[in-house]
Amino acid sequence: MPRWLPILLFAAVMTALPLIPGIPPFWIVLLDNIGLAALVAMGLVLLTGVGGLTSFGQAAFCGFGAYTTAYITTVYGISPWLALPASLVVAGIAAVLLGLMTVRLSGHYLPLGTIAWGIALYYLFSKLDFLGRNDGISRIPPLSIGSVEMFDPDTIYFVIWAMVLISAVLTMNLLDSRTGRAIRALRRGHVAAEAFGVQTARAKLLVFIYAAVLAGLSGWLYAHFQRNVNPTPFGPQAGIEYLFIAVVGGAGYVWGGVLGAAIVIILKEVLQGYLPLLFGGQGQLEIIVFGILLVVLLQLAPGGVWPWLANLVPLKFRRTVTRNAGGLPARERVGGSTAAPLLKVERARKQFGGVVAVNDVSFEVNAAEIVALIGPNGAGKSTTFNLITGILTTTGGRIEVHGKPVDNTPPQEVVKLGIARTFQHVKLVPDMTVLENVAIGAHLRGRSSAVASMLRFDRGDEAKLLAEAARQIERVGLGAEIDQLAGSLSLGQQRVVEIARALCADPELLLLDEPAAGLRHMEKQRLAALLRQLKDSGMSVLLVEHDMGFVMDLADRIVVLDFGTRIAEGTPDAIKTNPDVIKAYLGALA
Amino acid sequence: MNTTILLFLLQDGVTNGAIYALLGLALVLVFAVTRVILIPQGEFITFGALTYATLSAGGVPGTAQLALVMGLVAFGFELFSVRKSLHLAKVVRAALIYIAFPAVVLALATWLPAHKPGVAVNIALSLLIVAAIGLFLYRIAFQPLAHTSVLVLLIASVGCHLALQGFGLVFFGAEGLRGPPLSDVTLTAGPLLFTGQSLAVYGITLALMAALWLFFGFTRYGKALRATAVNRLGARLVGIRTSLSGQIAFLLASVIGAISGILIVPITTLYYDTGFLIGLKGFVAAIIGGLVSYPLTAVAAIVVGIVESFSSFYASNYKEVIVFTLILPVLVLRSLAAPAVEEEKD
Repeated sequence: MPRWLPILLFAAVMTALPLIPGIPPFWIVLLDNIGLAALVAMGLVLLTGVGGLTSFGQAAFCGFGAYTTAYITTVYGISPWLALPASLVVAGIAAVLLGLMTVRLSGHYLPLGTIAWGIALYYLFSKLDFLGRNDGISRIPPLSIGSVEMFDPDTIYFVIWAMVLISAVLTMNLLDSRTGRAIRALRRGHVAAEAFGVQTARAKLLVFIYAAVLAGLSGWLYAHFQRNVNPTPFGPQAGIEYLFIAVVGGAGYVWGGVLGAAIVIILKEVLQGYLPLLFGGQGQLEIIVFGILLVVLLQLAPGGVWPWLANLVPLKFRRTVTRNAGGLPARERVGGSTAAPLLKVERARKQFGGVVAVNDVSFEVNAAEIVALIGPNGAGKSTTFNLITGILTTTGGRIEVHGKPVDNTPPQEVVKLGIARTFQHVKLVPDMTVLENVAIGAHLRGRSSAVASMLRFDRGDEAKLLAEAARQIERVGLGAEIDQLAGSLSLGQQRVVEIARALCADPELLLLDEPAAGLRHMEKQRLAALLRQLKDSGMSVLLVEHDMGFVMDLADRIVVLDFGTRIAEGTPDAIKTNPDVIKAYLGALA
Repeated sequence: MNTTILLFLLQDGVTNGAIYALLGLALVLVFAVTRVILIPQGEFITFGALTYATLSAGGVPGTAQLALVMGLVAFGFELFSVRKSLHLAKVVRAALIYIAFPAVVLALATWLPAHKPGVAVNIALSLLIVAAIGLFLYRIAFQPLAHTSVLVLLIASVGCHLALQGFGLVFFGAEGLRGPPLSDVTLTAGPLLFTGQSLAVYGITLALMAALWLFFGFTRYGKALRATAVNRLGARLVGIRTSLSGQIAFLLASVIGAISGILIVPITTLYYDTGFLIGLKGFVAAIIGGLVSYPLTAVAAIVVGIVESFSSFYASNYKEVIVFTLILPVLVLRSLAAPAVEEEKD
């Protein structure tokens, strides 16, 4: 089933709804409100559900959109359509300023920070003279197309829902692209994405702006729908409500935002309409019931309603990868002609406070060579990897790639030099497929921008990226698992997926952190064969591994670390008989 | 500006700041132990204040009934969760905590006001009622969600805030209430006038902080709470019941909230929805303290109080804007100092 078919069906139903004879006008008003809320919630889906950035402040961005158009259409008499770009730009600029301050915050600081500026902006709207203080701005002109002025809820309905559908399609396009995969990787931490060249801070700012612009669009529609604006709908309560619309619907799903808006708005309407009849008109009963229902819903379905519904309808959209999509351009080789070794670590040092994790370690890796880094637990092997790939900064010493110093360059730059890695603790995005996870490895080899992806101008580029990812998955022998969710694979298979992801970066040096851990005997042999084949094709491998049989068979050279210090270096045979190494592993008496 | 105004503003700011400090401490405590960002803290404030005011005026507060109803629901939750290993001892214990306790409190709250009890009795009764609500709220709303993400807990927290605020309107009406001051003493020191109430604010804040310090530093339960805050799984492995830690945290937070409310209500009129904003200012302090540091939170709260009192004097229109914008420079500093390696969060 093609993926556009349900959307087209939905569009047809939404177009037909108001044309049904005898439909109460009040329903149309409700649908208008649902559409307005769905736009904001859709932004939140991207920001919170997909990107992992919780914001309570989206109502404030609606406010920017609404007040901008209200001010310029009433003061300068400009057409609302001309005010639309202004509304979006103002919301976007506000998002850039607030986003620069807040998106780098992690965990709980971000939601709390957004509550704070959400409230501050609400009070600002209600105190500024030119925005009409608490009274707001009224007599805003309606939208009009030609001579049709959209005074009533029936006509603006079509504009609102057209905007909702367009936004939904653009959002889904964005998520299903190179940029989208980078955004979807954000929620699981930065390290893995950055190791493949994703500028995570920029990606976060991008979704923050995108969500704000959608909220600004909703605000613009709201201003011309209500034809007056005041601060109340842009306050902290509204911000909170948008967030739980997204959570109720299913914060990870674009259509969850629309569904959540429908559920929450209809529920509020029903509660407001019927509760006073049941209990007499005392107090704000609907708020009480609403709050309680929310807690009950979270206890029953913490993931939201949409994924639960989607499970009931077993529709599968299979992605087809065009195998002959043509090759990606190879990564730009840096200084391959120089005589310098591929990787040179010279007296590298890392201290954490008083602890010296890596103590003046030196070694080299040449082209087409497999070097193993071994040592007891806590010897500093993974820390050395982190120093080479720029995740940690060195305290002293030099690390060079092709004679170029790379110590203290960010991970995104290191991968450009042809160094790709896997992680000791697997860092995949569990709710993305193997194919999508591996495609993140080729992030730097794609070109398409976020805007191009939204408009689907990225399909050629995207097909090449996915074809490359599929090729690498075949190469590591996981072709059968290509459409599985990464989280459903065994730990050993996940490690192999990480290798495929690293290969996608077209590396010259592959850094593997315990690749054989969790693999069965046959799988280990297949992995060893793959690494030899990579070496034969000119690639170098630096690996950390505890399985001595695996290492001794495979490595050309072995570097032994103990307590952060290099205690030996040599061929496998020399290392096996080295007394210092035996002492480090088995103790002095052995 | 003359010195008198300056001193007056400072005094006013410190008095408010002391209350924000209490709230900030409670928020930090609850967040650290349960990962819940306690938005209903505002309701604990208003419930404490308005229950006290209602009792003082000779009325029966609806919160006492709410406590009993929540107790019954919590009892049902408790029975359901232990249904696989139902012992008589467990049932009796649960019945005592969840039914007998709020029932006795309700009986007292119904019978006592007609007999004009003293301020102390009213305060004790208000604290008991709000403590019961806080404890049961955790059992009903948050304990079943304890394993979920911070975001889900946050939304649940918002749901509780909405429901409790709605109950506040039902119980206390839309008109605000004021309560009798704790003491009528006044002291003068130079140009400054200290009312008994503001002295009580300082005294009780300091006493509570000292008590919390002793509790966390020197008692088994306090240490269990700290252990839960650092590592939930580790705490469970060494035999700490993390749900008990959560209950204690909510109990403390609700009592602290109620005390703050009772301290404020003789100074300003409180409405059913005032607590939210007061609680949020405690938040500002807690965020500045990074949600981890108690002393930093206390200092930040005093700063928030002083900034608020000065901005209400110079730019009263923009008072709230200024107070909540105070967070932004702090956030910027924190984001600049953010650690380079960030482990993934689940």
